[in-house]
Amino acid sequence: MSLSSVTIVGAGQAGFQVAASLRQGGFEGKISLIGDEPDLPYQRPPLSKAYMLGKIKRENLAFRPETFFQEQNIELIHDTAVEIDRQNRRVVLKNGEACDYEHLVLATGAHNRPLALPGEDLNGVFGIKTLADADALSPAVKTARNVVVIGAGFIGLEFAAIAVQSANVHVIDMGQRAMARAISQEMSEVFEDTHRECGVTFHFNQGVNRLVGNQGKVTGVEKADGETLEADLVVYGIGVIPNITLASEAGLHIENGIKVDSDLLTNDPQISAIGDVACFPCVHNEGQPTRIESVPNAMDQARAVAARLLGNPSPFTSVPWFWTDQGSLKLQIAGLSTGFDTTVTLGAPESRQFSVLCFRKGHFVAVEACNRPGDHLAGKKILARPPELTSTEASAEGFDLREWEKEHRG
Amino acid sequence: MPTITLIESNGTEHMLTGQNGQSIMQAALNAMIPGIQGDCGGACSCATCHAFVDENWVSVLPKMEDTESDMLDFASERQDNSRLTCQLTLDESMDGMVLRLPESQY
Ligand SMILES: Cc1cc2nc3c(=O)[nH]c(=O)nc-3n(C[C@H](O)[C@H](O)[C@H](O)COP(=O)(O)OP(=O)(O)OC[C@H]3O[C@@H](n4cnc5c(N)ncnc54)[C@H](O)[C@@H]3O)c2cc1C
Ligand code: FES
Repeated sequence: MSLSSVTIVGAGQAGFQVAASLRQGGFEGKISLIGDEPDLPYQRPPLSKAYMLGKIKRENLAFRPETFFQEQNIELIHDTAVEIDRQNRRVVLKNGEACDYEHLVLATGAHNRPLALPGEDLNGVFGIKTLADADALSPAVKTARNVVVIGAGFIGLEFAAIAVQSANVHVIDMGQRAMARAISQEMSEVFEDTHRECGVTFHFNQGVNRLVGNQGKVTGVEKADGETLEADLVVYGIGVIPNITLASEAGLHIENGIKVDSDLLTNDPQISAIGDVACFPCVHNEGQPTRIESVPNAMDQARAVAARLLGNPSPFTSVPWFWTDQGSLKLQIAGLSTGFDTTVTLGAPESRQFSVLCFRKGHFVAVEACNRPGDHLAGKKILARPPELTSTEASAEGFDLREWEKEHRG
Repeated sequence: MPTITLIESNGTEHMLTGQNGQSIMQAALNAMIPGIQGDCGGACSCATCHAFVDENWVSVLPKMEDTESDMLDFASERQDNSRLTCQLTLDESMDGMVLRLPESQY
């Protein structure tokens, strides 16, 4: 018997894509998409990039115009889901109404890890997660003179690259180097150098004691070493926490996110979980439970769930990938560059057009391509299928990843 | 509001009217045209919005940046008239343009 209704909680990147892919695949049943944000579903990457620069208009952030939802008969419910009643297969909304489901997809994403520091509530302190955050922040950037960014991760550094065009920018991080959790040391160094050349000052291995203010407005950031950096604008990006409350209260298994199997199903076969909130066994990470925060992961998982609901199940095996744009640098990463033991560098780092290939026990596990999009795509293709590239081959004089990919195409 | 034609690899034709300032990728997604994915939302990072521009129209379009060209090398079936449609912003000069879609974007 085919499915008659799908309810999706979370109208972000993953949730929206399930709805769109179901319709694209010919699904004729009811689709309810529940989201607690006021706008039409929109993309987040430009919030810390082109949108902050004013290069992309607000209406162009939406995945689709309002008419699309009507034409495709996708019911968009702007409310918060407060309970999953698994027994009766319905989702209870904050307004007291309920939404029945035959299949439920949880795509609730993640929220910013709070600073949890004295002074975090001062005016002039921002995280960047939602369109509302970006709308509040962008006028403040225009007038700011001294900006402190807490957290040298992707979002903090994307923002720093923009803020430094008009203000003094200091970046503080507990770690030893930029984007330390996600990229190789060699790549970090090039990003740090480039940001420094633009005027950014880094403070690594450094915590923050508190934010100081005057009349409710932030005026500085006191570092762990006691020094206070002057600041009229503070932006933090210190990681995210998956939105699991709804799932855990419903008795679904939680393990660094909502735990799902290789079909992206929770321990309730009527409930899937995808995107930033889902922790799945990743074949590109030795089958380890893995949670990935990226647009491609959200899109690929959404499509995989839609395909299963349309009767074409297959285990989720997509190669994880990611991109970040920071000033003149475009970094694209394919595969998971955690836990590698060897790297091979292609091109000269000084040229800012180079790639780092990461190997674990001799196996190719990831490529970090800086301003070399061809290497990114070639690497992604190689990771998707045999034959495997070995570190010995890649270390050979004159090795070219793109040529290797072309020669080894099936 | 320019009207363009997109032809799927199986020959199905779609006429669509987009807005000036919108990318062809976005206009195609809005119209639910199968065959355009647009995974990165137009950040020129994914190469899943590849199309072949009808020969008569190639010269009308703005030249491509290195990033786009480099990416296209690894799009499936690159040809001389290949473009990434997220990098093509609609305007009146494109009214009547015809593009063909590859069999796969991956
Ligand atoms: C500023 C910024 C820049 C980024 N840049 C990049 C980039 O360059 N490249 C990249 O690959 N990724 C980037 N990302 C990450 C990417 O946007 C996320 O990985 C992606 O949005 C995850 O999709 P999702 O659907 O899982 O979660 P989200 O898109 O976060 O959507 C989850 C939605 O669910 C809603 N929700 C949660 N609980 C409930 C509830 N109980 N009821 C109703 N609604 C609920 C949330 O409010 C939210 O709207 C960026 C993220 C941010 C914030
Ligand atoms: S949409 Fe990603 S490159 Fe065009």
